[in-house]
Amino acid sequence: MTATNVVAAVAAEPGVDAHRFGGRLREAFRSPRLVAGTAIVGFFLLLGIIGPFFAANPNQLSRTELAPPSLAHWLGTTQIGQDVFEQLVVSTRASLAIGIGAGLLATVVSIVIGISGGYAGGFLDEALSLLSNVVLVIPTLPLVIVIIADLKSNGLGPLIVVIALTSWAASARVLRAQTLSVRNREYVLAARAAGERAWRIVFVEILPNELPIIVSNFIFATIFAILTQAALAFIGLGDPTLLTWGNMLNLAYNDQALSVGAWWWFIPPGLCIALLGMGLALINFSLDELLNPRLRVYRPSRLRTAGSGPAGEGTAGGGPALDRGGKG
Amino acid sequence: MRYVARKLGFYLVAAWVALTINFLLPQLIPGNPVEALIGRMSQSGTPPPGEAKVLTALLGLGGGNIVVKYGRYLDGLVHLRLGLSIADFPTPVSTEISQSIYWTLILVGTATVISFVLGIGLGALAGWKRGSRLDAIIPATTLLTAMPYFFLALIMLYLFSSNVWHVFPQGQGYDTNSELSPGWNLPFLASAVQHAILPALTIVLSSIGGWLLGMRNMMVSTLSDDYVVAAEAKGLRQRRIMIGYAARNAVLPSVSGFAISLGFVVSGAIAMEYVFSYPGLGEKLVQAVNNNDYPLMQGIFLVITFAVLGANLVVDLLHGFIDPRTRLSR
Repeated sequence: MTATNVVAAVAAEPGVDAHRFGGRLREAFRSPRLVAGTAIVGFFLLLGIIGPFFAANPNQLSRTELAPPSLAHWLGTTQIGQDVFEQLVVSTRASLAIGIGAGLLATVVSIVIGISGGYAGGFLDEALSLLSNVVLVIPTLPLVIVIIADLKSNGLGPLIVVIALTSWAASARVLRAQTLSVRNREYVLAARAAGERAWRIVFVEILPNELPIIVSNFIFATIFAILTQAALAFIGLGDPTLLTWGNMLNLAYNDQALSVGAWWWFIPPGLCIALLGMGLALINFSLDELLNPRLRVYRPSRLRTAGSGPAGEGTAGGGPALDRGGKG
Repeated sequence: MRYVARKLGFYLVAAWVALTINFLLPQLIPGNPVEALIGRMSQSGTPPPGEAKVLTALLGLGGGNIVVKYGRYLDGLVHLRLGLSIADFPTPVSTEISQSIYWTLILVGTATVISFVLGIGLGALAGWKRGSRLDAIIPATTLLTAMPYFFLALIMLYLFSSNVWHVFPQGQGYDTNSELSPGWNLPFLASAVQHAILPALTIVLSSIGGWLLGMRNMMVSTLSDDYVVAAEAKGLRQRRIMIGYAARNAVLPSVSGFAISLGFVVSGAIAMEYVFSYPGLGEKLVQAVNNNDYPLMQGIFLVITFAVLGANLVVDLLHGFIDPRTRLSR
C-alpha cells in the first residue's frame, strides 16, 4: 500500500528530486515523529555498538536465581542466575547486525531486480515482474523456516542471506513502478539522446532520484529481518549460543518464565524488538509524509472539521506503512 | 473474463513455483535424509516396505537426472503420497495436516476478517474525523503493530491465563483433560471457542494497526478528491459521502494489499500458535522442525502456501468485482 502511495505521490509531484530532498529533510525534522524515531533508533544503535564493551559476561551464573529487578540486577536474573540486563545489552548487537545486514542485502537485490526490469522493459521486465509478484504472495516465514531447517545451519551468514532472498519483492515492485515513471522524463531522454551508456543513466540519472524510496525500503527490510530473526530464534531455529532478543525469548519461554511469573525475563527483549520496530516505522512514516504531500499538507477546512485547528504535521498520524513491516 | 483468466494464470504460476521450491529445498539437507528418517521410524515401529521409495520421491532425491526426480516428486504429490510422520509414527503426514488445518483455518480466518472489518471501519472514521480524538490514538497503534505476534501472545498468556488474571484457559485448542470429543457438539464447541479467544485477540490486536493506518491515510487522500467535494456541494448527506463516496474508493488499496498482509498474518500465526500450544498447522510446523520431520515440514509448507494463494485469488477476484477499473484496464 505504501508502494502505491509513494509512487503515486512521486509521480504526481515531479519536483521531489534529490537536491530538494535535503531541504525537505530539514523541514521534516520539525516533525515530532521523525525526532522520536531517530532518537529511538539512535539509542539502540549506540547500545549495540558500545554496550557490549561495558557489559559483564552475560552468561555468568550466580546464586541469585529468578530474582526480580533490583539495584544489583537492574532487570532481575534468569532461571540459572544470569543477569537479564547484561544479556539484553549483548543481544542488541547481534539482533541489529542481522537486521541491518539482511536489510541491506534485500535492498540491493530489490534495486537490481526492480530498476533493471523497469529500465529495460520488454521480456526481461515481464519476467522479473512476474518473479517479484510470485515471491511476494508466497508467505515468507514458513519458507524461511523450511530453508533454515533443511540447511541444518544456524550460522549468521546463511540466516542473513535467506532472510534477504525472501524479502526483496515488495521493494522491487515499488522501484520498478518508479523507474517506469522516471524512465521517460526529459532528463533521462536527454541523457539517452546524448549517447550515455545504460549503466551511467541508471546510476547517475535514475538511482539518485529513487534514493528516498530506497531508504524507506531499507528501513522496512530491516524491520522485517529483525522480526523474522526473532521469530526463528524463538521457535528454536537460531544459534543457541548467540545471544539475540529472539533467543532470550526462546530461553525464557522454554524455562517456564511465564508460569513462575518472571515477567522481567521475557518483557524486556520483546519490548526492545517492538520499540526498535516502532522507531524505524516512525522514521518511515515521516519519509512517507515527505514524499506524499497529501498526507502532510493542510487542506482548507471542511464544514465538519471547521472546529478543529489546522491539521498540521502532528495530526497527520502515521503512514499507510506498517502493514508491510513483516511480523514474526 | 480476461481479468479472471489473468488472475487464475498468475496464481497457477505461483503455485507451480511453490511446488518447485518445495522440490528443490530438500537437496539442501546434508547427509542422507531418507536413511535417517527410516532409521528413526524403525526405532518406534516397522516402517512399511514402500516407505523409503515414497520418501525418496517426496524429497526429490534418489537416482536419475533432475527431470526424472521431478516427475517422481509430482507423481507422489498427485497421489497424495506425503509419507509418514516421524513424531507420531505411523500417522500419515496427510492425516496430521488434515487434523490441524481446520484449527488454523478457522482461527486465522475469523481473526483476519474481524481485524480487517474493524480496522477498515475505524480507519475510515479516523480519516473522516481527521484531527479528532479517534485520530489521535492512531500513533499508539504503532507500538502494537511493531510487536511480534508471539511476544504479544506471551503477554496475553501471562496476563490473562497463567499469572495475573486467570480468565482464559492456558493453551491447547480445547479442554483436553475432560471427556470432550471433537466434533459438532456443544460442550466441545464451547470449550474450543473459549480457547480460541486469546489467540484470536492476539492476531486482531497485532494486525489491526496496519489496516487502520492504511485506510485512514487513503481516506484522507480521497477526501480531497474533486468528486467528494462535488458530492458535498450537491448537499448529499454526510453519511452517504463518507461511506458511498470516500470509503468505497479508499478501501481499494487495502483490498489489493491483502496478499502481502495475509502472508504476514499467517507467518505471525505460526509462532503464536506455538506459544498457545494451539493444535494448528503452525504448532505442527514448529514440532516438525524440532523433530527434523522433513516430510511433515514440506507438507505443511505446501498447504500453508496454497491456502494463502487461494485466499488471495478469492480477494483478487472480489477486487475486480468492486473496482470495475481493474477489469477493464490490464
